[in-house]
Order: sequence, then structure tokens, then C-alpha cells
Amino acid sequence: MEKTRSKPDKTRNILPGFGLTLGCAVTYLCVIVLIPLCGVVLKTLELSWDRFVDIVTSTRVLASFRVTILASLAAAIVNAIFGYLVAWVLVRYSFPGKRIVDALIDLPFALPTAVAGICLTAIYSQKGWIGSLLEPLGIRVAFTPLGIVVALIFIGLPFVVRTVQPVLQELDRDAEEAATVLGASRRRVLLRIILPETAPALLTGFALAFSRAIGEYGSVVFISGNMPMKTEIVPLLIVTKLEQYDYAGATAIALVMLAVSFALLFVINVLQWRSARRIAAK
Amino acid sequence: MAGSISVSGRNVRRYASVRAATGESPLARRILIFVALAFLALVIGLPLVTVFVEALSKGWAVYWASLTEPDARSALKLTLWTAAIAVPLNTAFGVAAAWAVTKFQFAGKRLLVTLIDLPFAVSPVISGLVFVLLFGAQGWFGPWLAQHDIRVIFAFPGIVLATVFVTFPFVAKELIPVMQSQGTAEEEAAVSMGARGWTVFWRVTLPNVKWGLLYGVILCNARAMGEFGAVSVVSGHIRGKTNTLPLHVEILYNEYQFTAAFAVSSLLVFLALVTMIAKSVMEWNEERTEREAKRVEEESHEH
Repeated sequence: MEKTRSKPDKTRNILPGFGLTLGCAVTYLCVIVLIPLCGVVLKTLELSWDRFVDIVTSTRVLASFRVTILASLAAAIVNAIFGYLVAWVLVRYSFPGKRIVDALIDLPFALPTAVAGICLTAIYSQKGWIGSLLEPLGIRVAFTPLGIVVALIFIGLPFVVRTVQPVLQELDRDAEEAATVLGASRRRVLLRIILPETAPALLTGFALAFSRAIGEYGSVVFISGNMPMKTEIVPLLIVTKLEQYDYAGATAIALVMLAVSFALLFVINVLQWRSARRIAAK
Repeated sequence: MAGSISVSGRNVRRYASVRAATGESPLARRILIFVALAFLALVIGLPLVTVFVEALSKGWAVYWASLTEPDARSALKLTLWTAAIAVPLNTAFGVAAAWAVTKFQFAGKRLLVTLIDLPFAVSPVISGLVFVLLFGAQGWFGPWLAQHDIRVIFAFPGIVLATVFVTFPFVAKELIPVMQSQGTAEEEAAVSMGARGWTVFWRVTLPNVKWGLLYGVILCNARAMGEFGAVSVVSGHIRGKTNTLPLHVEILYNEYQFTAAFAVSSLLVFLALVTMIAKSVMEWNEERTEREAKRVEEESHEH
């Protein structure tokens, strides 16, 4: 690619307000987000290394990380499969009420997590609409790890749909048609043309849903039952430690979670950057 | 597409048959639609219906009483005040950040955009924790605040801070792509004709991005009123004093007052529905403008 954006372009920019807006934005960012977050890191530094390792490798903390990561992974996989299907149906087919269905996908974004939590608990508890159907089959959802997965599926669904949907929409159908005319079966077209083109978006959606699920608190605490070692998620453990005034413990666990979240954020940014470059290259 | 207008009838038919061949069979299509809709009904539809069924399960009188009892009213008031401070602050920031990022080239721009997203990546519980570590009794400023008898944690300022942190990226995130696609040509023209900075913003930029900005503000507001995790950590749950609506829902639920919990929840569901309708209206507006533009272009080609 040729470098079209060279130095003269910068100096030719005649719009006002660069210093003011950038200054305000950066100051506000530092005061509200960056300095408070640095506080967590500095607070952890007050702990000795041995103490830090002791806290984050205690059996209860490790169990909560295991529950959180496994449940988030399971939910993100379900969301990747069904989210892709929903995006596909919304882009390719038409059916009555499609606009309303499309709008409703955003509900988990807009609905407060606590409300989602009590609704799901009401539905999946033993007396609930679905819980009472599953009870004779010996399946319990509320107050088990399965309940955590259900809550995380609700929370993560829009991330996959809204990342895959625009890519499917923009997908160039020429290649698909050419392959069909040349005699490729529908399955081959799906696997060899459509899936590879949409895979980066699907992966980004998966990573977004997973990353959101790791930190989720409000919707999970109601349905999970919060039993230590079994259904206790990491954010809840942080809250419990805070309520016991164990600030050192809460901060140490929070630092590990922050590290995980930032690693995920980095991966997501690389994924998005790469797919943006792919689109620009076309 | 413009090209399809000029093809002859036979070509259109052949084109249509290729289209049909690249799609699924009607049966497969129906099954896929059914599975997708069944999944959505289970995951999204059912919780939505549950709120209203449970809220009204004991009739309108109980529903109304749950909404008007003093604790619920004070929770509503606190929620409204919190949003009234957090939303304008984040809107001003969002507009400033979007202007700097989309109208200028500078080093570290990508870093800035990533940092704006940071609160999305942080668990809400940690968003609350950072302010406890700063302003709590054992925090950095704790002793100083205690000396001066200022309460931040377990009080209104802490709730506002946590809410501002959590809703920080929303306006900027909605506005940046919209302003990016608008480019800078119109603003440059205005400036070269002698318009001042504010005039350019009010008269040129704002009319172009008003829908994106409005949706960003509405989404930011919905999240500000609905935030649970972060606010729960800093609020202290003092009934009638530091309980926001979502925290009030939690308390009612934990006290087995299910009907009241769902009644208060229904208020928050209305807020969510308004947010979603606003988004749909914005998208339909965009589609219509695009279609209009396309139509005008095609007409001008024909003449």
C-alpha cells in the first residue's frame, strides 16, 4: 500500500479545538479510569509476594476461578453456535416480525443485570416454568453451575450476534454464486467460502462474550446459589472478601482478574484490527 | 443495486435461479428459522415475559403499592439523581473524545481508543473496588476524608463515581464511528468560510451526528440507572438512603418479596425497552436516508 497520509496533511488540518478536546478527554480518562485502576496495582504492591501467592492460590480462590472460567467458556461456546445461527437467519431469510426480533437481541445490553438475574432464577428454580419441567428429569439448573451458564448465555448472546451480523451482511455473494455455478455443493460453499470469511468476526464475538462472562456479577449471583468451592464465581468472592474487610485478599484477586481481562481486551483488539485490515485490503 | 436495473428480463430470471441455488431448501430454511426463534424465545423472550407476569401476579393494587412505597420512591430518586450527574459528564467527555479522535491525526490515537474501552473489560465488581481502595476507610484518601467529615464510600458520591466509571465509554463509543464516517470536509468548508469552532460544531457536526449521539446518551442513561455490581460494592445498602433501584430489587428479592421485586424491575425493563426502541428508530432513520440518497443518485443517472 502507498502511504497517502503524510506529514503535510497534518499541518493542513484547519479545524479548531484539537488541544481543548484532546486535553479534556485525556484528563477525564486519567481521573475517572486510569488513576483509580492504578490504585489497585499499587495497593497490591503493599503485599509481599509470598502473601499474594498464598491468597491467589488458596483452594477457594482457585475453585472460584475454575467455576468462572469453565462456565464462561461453556456459555461462550453456546453463544457462538446459536449466535451465528441467529445472525444467519436475520441476514439471509425473511419472516414475519423480523424487525422486532432483531431489536430484541439487544435486550441483554439494556436490561440491568440484577433484573436478568431474578427473572432467570424465577424461570429455572424448581417451581419455575422451566425448572418444574426439568425437575422430573433430574436436571436442576438454578443453584448449580448449570444456572451460571444459563445466566452467562443470556448476557453474552448479543455480543456474538452483533459482531457476526454486519460481516454476513457485507459478505460478497459473487464468490458463493460462482462456486455454486461451478458445481460446489451447498455444504462445501458453507464450509469453504462463508465460514472462513466470517470466522474472524465469530472469533471476536466469542472473545467478547467470554470476556464479558468472566467479569459478570449481577445476573449470576441470584441463580448460582453462591456455594463456596461449587458455585462461587470470582467477582462474588471479591465482594465477600470486601464485606469481611479483607481488603488485601479482595485486591489480590482483583489484580489477577484485571490481568485476565486486559489480556482478553488485547486479544480482541488484535482480532478487530486484523479484520479491519482485511476489509481495507479488499 | 444500480446495475440490476439495466439487465433484461431473461438475465434477471437466470440471476434469480442462481440466487435460489445458493440458498437453502425451503425445508432447511424453515428449520433454521424455527431453531433460531425457539432459542431466542427461550433466552430473551421468556425472561421479558416473566417480569410482567410476576409483577402483576397479585394484581394492579399490589403492583402500584410496591412502586409507591417510600423505600422504592427514595431508590427511584437516588437512581434519577445519579444518572442526572453521570450522563451529562460522560456525554461531554464522549463528544470531546470523538472530536479529537475523528477530526485529527495524532500519535497514540489507537491507544486512546483502546483506553476508552477499558471500563467495558473490567468486571463491575472491580469498578466498585477501585473506589473503595481510593476513598474507603482503609483507602488512600480515607483518613483525610474522615478528618474532614466527608463520606464518599457508602454514600452518594461513591455511587456517582462508580456509575460514571462503568458508563464512561458509551457515548464516545457510539459517536466515534458515526463521526468517522462523516469525515471532515463539511467542517473544513465551514471553517474556511470563517465559522468559529462552536458554530461549526453546533451547525455542521451536530446535525450530522445527532441520532448517534442521542442513542449513545440513551444507552449511557440505561446503564447508569441499571448498574448493579459496581454500585453494590460502594453503596453500603442503606435502605432509603443509598439504595438505587437495582439494589432495591435485590433487597426485596432476598426478603422473599418477589412480587414487589418484579414490580420495581418492571420499571427498569421499561427503560430497557425504550432504549431498544430508540436504537431501532435510529437504524431505520439511517436506512431511509441511505435509500433516499441511492434513489436520488439513480434518478440523476437516468436523466
